[in-house]
Amino acid sequence: MPQQQNNGRRVVFWPGNEVIPEAAIAAGCRFFAGYPITPSSEMAHIMSRRLPQVGGVFIQMEDEIAAMGALIGASLTGEKVMTATSGPGFSLKQENIGYASMIEVPCVVVNVMRGGPSTGLPTALGQSDIMQARWGTHGDRPVIALTPSYLDEAYMETIRAFNLAEKFRMPVFVLLDEVIGHLSEKIEIPDPSEYELVERPRPKVPPEQYIPYDSSESDIPPLADYFSGYRFHMTGLNHDKTGFPTTNPAICQAENERMMRKVDAHLSEIEKYEEYLTEDADVGVIAFGSTARAAMVAVNDARERGIKAGLLRPITLWPFPEEAARNLGKRSKGIVVPEANLGQLIYEVQRVAGCTGPVVGVNKVGGVPIYPGEILAKIEELA
Amino acid sequence: MSDHFEARFAAVGGQGILLAGEILAVAAISFEGKYALDSPTYTAQVRGGPTKVDVIIDSERIQFPRTTAIDFMLCLAQRSWNQFAFDLKEDCIVLIDPSLVHEVDERYRIYRLPIIEITKKEMKKMVYTSAVSLGAMAGLTNVLNPESIRKALLQKAPPGTEEPNMKAFKLGLEAIKQLMASG
Repeated sequence: MPQQQNNGRRVVFWPGNEVIPEAAIAAGCRFFAGYPITPSSEMAHIMSRRLPQVGGVFIQMEDEIAAMGALIGASLTGEKVMTATSGPGFSLKQENIGYASMIEVPCVVVNVMRGGPSTGLPTALGQSDIMQARWGTHGDRPVIALTPSYLDEAYMETIRAFNLAEKFRMPVFVLLDEVIGHLSEKIEIPDPSEYELVERPRPKVPPEQYIPYDSSESDIPPLADYFSGYRFHMTGLNHDKTGFPTTNPAICQAENERMMRKVDAHLSEIEKYEEYLTEDADVGVIAFGSTARAAMVAVNDARERGIKAGLLRPITLWPFPEEAARNLGKRSKGIVVPEANLGQLIYEVQRVAGCTGPVVGVNKVGGVPIYPGEILAKIEELA
Repeated sequence: MSDHFEARFAAVGGQGILLAGEILAVAAISFEGKYALDSPTYTAQVRGGPTKVDVIIDSERIQFPRTTAIDFMLCLAQRSWNQFAFDLKEDCIVLIDPSLVHEVDERYRIYRLPIIEITKKEMKKMVYTSAVSLGAMAGLTNVLNPESIRKALLQKAPPGTEEPNMKAFKLGLEAIKQLMASG
């Protein structure tokens, strides 16, 4: 690995699947449980080597479901934890992801998206798990999903994923796609002084006074570490503040609404997006992950041809940057939504953008990326 | 973006081509201050299956991470040519070993260099195929100073193999110069 210094920053040339584990370790991750699956396998390989070097633990579990279970258990001991998977594994993990959401356990789940459904295209690009990230497990629960387009961004967003998971006591997804997972790019590793690390809220009261879901002070109740003297019960059943099951309608209603508020009441802190040439855009483009990089080229090419195109690039896919999409929708004659699936994000854009003109997709699921020219052609149609 | 450059190294798994791609990208980044990225193609087979790596070099940040107009292609297997000879520019420089690649599209600028024979005869170990290829590539294109590629190879060479890698690189560089001189 070339390791130069640039203004105190280490310059490296890593694939995305190495950037994420290294960022995780920088964020304080000390536990990884996984079941290697392409195109995310390198993350498990790297974690199996790197975690022991920093006093952490790597476990290869017998399957994806067990890996997610191990993640929840490890997090409850107070560690920062991560797993990495791809579509088929993400499907298997959904039940335990719901459980983690319900008992409010911080964890980071990376999904390097490939083609689907089912085992689909194991080593090729897909972006078809984005609605699964939002709705994949049953019941209403808050969702945070980050989707970086560049590797330096992937580094910082991974750190942010841990911070958000800890702060809001919930699973946070990092949705990469195969292109970002496997491409190597020059990145400068930020110095730890350049970012903050967040720890989960922990109880300030002694064990005998601890109430595990006490939300009297905040919508995010303090979480004690297992084996630290605090005894508490956790269940996937609806529960009251003691952590024991309840069917009391008022409590169930209040607790579910509280969980949703963890994200809904903190949108400005969580939401992140980039706008490129959108101020005067006649044609809007909304794209994420590696497809956003093709869209960026298409927008530049359109501008060269005299078409005022602009790009909104959600970095948090969930919560979706609704206001930014609405503003773009109001201004533009039409919106292009390129995505490596047969039309998923476009539903969200149609729902929120309020664009009076057409909202059209550019969709590919053959495992090959969407090319800038294909997006440009749609921009020209709408201009 | 006149200095935008796209290269594709295509071979079969086991010929060390993925590492060669990384070395080229590292040469651009570490020794010429440019931006570079590489994207390997993963196939189901690791050894013996067609494989390729694409490298993009630019003085500006690279947006689209895949190839659209390839300037240089190295190909060390007919199967790999058949599968990966797309996105090539009209005037793409193509370097092949004629003992491995027999049928190519002659409209490109084809250079035939017996890379395998040179490696076998001079280096004895086929593991140096990629270093010979890199040397030849360095001589055929002017995207980077050959010295930058040589230094990157030296940096990435496993301990103890620095000297033979340097020798293999020089062999490739000199062989291609001879070939070019002979027209």
